[in-house]
Amino acid sequence: MQEDKAIVLRVEDIYKKYGNVEVLKGVSFEIKRGETKVIIGPSGSGKSTLLRCINQLTIPDKGRIWLENEEVTHTRKNINQFRQKIGMVFQDFNLFDHLNALRNVEIGLIKVKGMGKDNARQKAIEGLKQVGLEEQAYLYPAQLSGGQKQRVSIARTLAMDPSVILFDEPTSALDPELIGEVLEVIKKLALNGMTMTVVTHEMGFARSVANEVIFMENGKIIDQGSPHKLFTNPKHERTRKFLYKITELYGRSAEKK
Amino acid sequence: MNAIYFIKDIVLPPLLEGTWVTIKLLVFSIPLGLLLGILIAGGRVYGNKIISFLCASFTVFFRGTPLLVQLFIIYYGLPSIGIYFSPFAAAVVGFVLCSGAYHSEYIRGAIQSIKSGQMMAAQALGMSKFKAIIYIIFPQALRRALPGCSNEIVYLVKYSSLAFMVTCIELTGAGKIIATRYFRYTEVFLVIGTIYLTMVSLVSKFLAIMEKKLKIPGLG
Repeated sequence: MQEDKAIVLRVEDIYKKYGNVEVLKGVSFEIKRGETKVIIGPSGSGKSTLLRCINQLTIPDKGRIWLENEEVTHTRKNINQFRQKIGMVFQDFNLFDHLNALRNVEIGLIKVKGMGKDNARQKAIEGLKQVGLEEQAYLYPAQLSGGQKQRVSIARTLAMDPSVILFDEPTSALDPELIGEVLEVIKKLALNGMTMTVVTHEMGFARSVANEVIFMENGKIIDQGSPHKLFTNPKHERTRKFLYKITELYGRSAEKK
Repeated sequence: MNAIYFIKDIVLPPLLEGTWVTIKLLVFSIPLGLLLGILIAGGRVYGNKIISFLCASFTVFFRGTPLLVQLFIIYYGLPSIGIYFSPFAAAVVGFVLCSGAYHSEYIRGAIQSIKSGQMMAAQALGMSKFKAIIYIIFPQALRRALPGCSNEIVYLVKYSSLAFMVTCIELTGAGKIIATRYFRYTEVFLVIGTIYLTMVSLVSKFLAIMEKKLKIPGLG
């Protein structure tokens, strides 16, 4: 029980400026083991920058990040050690275009973890099975649909056995009919106890999977709480308006999911 | 003198010897030039300010001056500061530097055409920047650069004839000597032209096969 409640990721007072534009103005939150946090908010509110600050793809100006009690920021330790444990799934997939699905999944195992070729292959095949794509193992990214690409990229991230996965709008680049298959995979992960943060506009997903929803605007967390609390009784007028707009847009389909 | 006898017994033996020298020049110059091109392009895109500037200057100099001038500097100029090259080595050095400069431009363009997400995804997996360049960026960029680099390699086959200006007697040089001795330029240079054409055709065919072999759906 103690183990279950351990904090996996702690984000402390993160600031980031691009030129004169302050993108993040002191964001803090934490994720416990097995939790799913969904971050919502209008575009330009700093959600993606926040995720990239967590694994230091973007270096924050101020603030600290902790992964399982080890500081990720201001450390002499190799950042690549941390990145192996912080999985990231991108909006536009970013599969390696010159590698087939299988090799996309195994390259991290071989080149980063130093795993033997046979073991890596076996693990990659298992990973593809997990996202229902073992039949597509030898296809290249250009031969896959958007939904399939995103599932391969999830398998690629999972294969590294991360402590936490950051999803950066994983379904925003997909055709509407392909969103379901990707959300299904993510949902399954959440139910199996994976720790994750998901930036998304899929309110139906947020409602059914999130332990907590965070509403961000202008680089700050405006509101946060259980999905039930946030969706039915938001603290701020801004949150209510945003949710209203989103539901207008995605409305019925989101409800059904 | 009968033309067939003249070509077969007088012209061909020295020309084939010259061809062999040309082939040896190319066997060294093509891969080393390509390698230099990759290094210069990598240094330009990923190096710090100083390395990037040095690589850019290298390209400006070797693309901006005639190859012949470069060869003269290498063979006749450098000995004055104590650097001596054999004619063959001087030619190879000149070809490698010059073709490296051109290759680097094709490769740099290809590297810059790779979406930044590829590097980001590689680093997010925990790859160092260096590993990401080697395993993710270069395999894609080199495939994209291949048509341009092929073109440069075909040029190199032909401008290898300049080696003769620094007294490295390759195909063209051997031909010039024979043609001058017998004062029969037409026959000799027609044969030389045919040999170059054959070499270029073979090299082009090989490069086309490579391009096809390395092709990946959706890339290129």
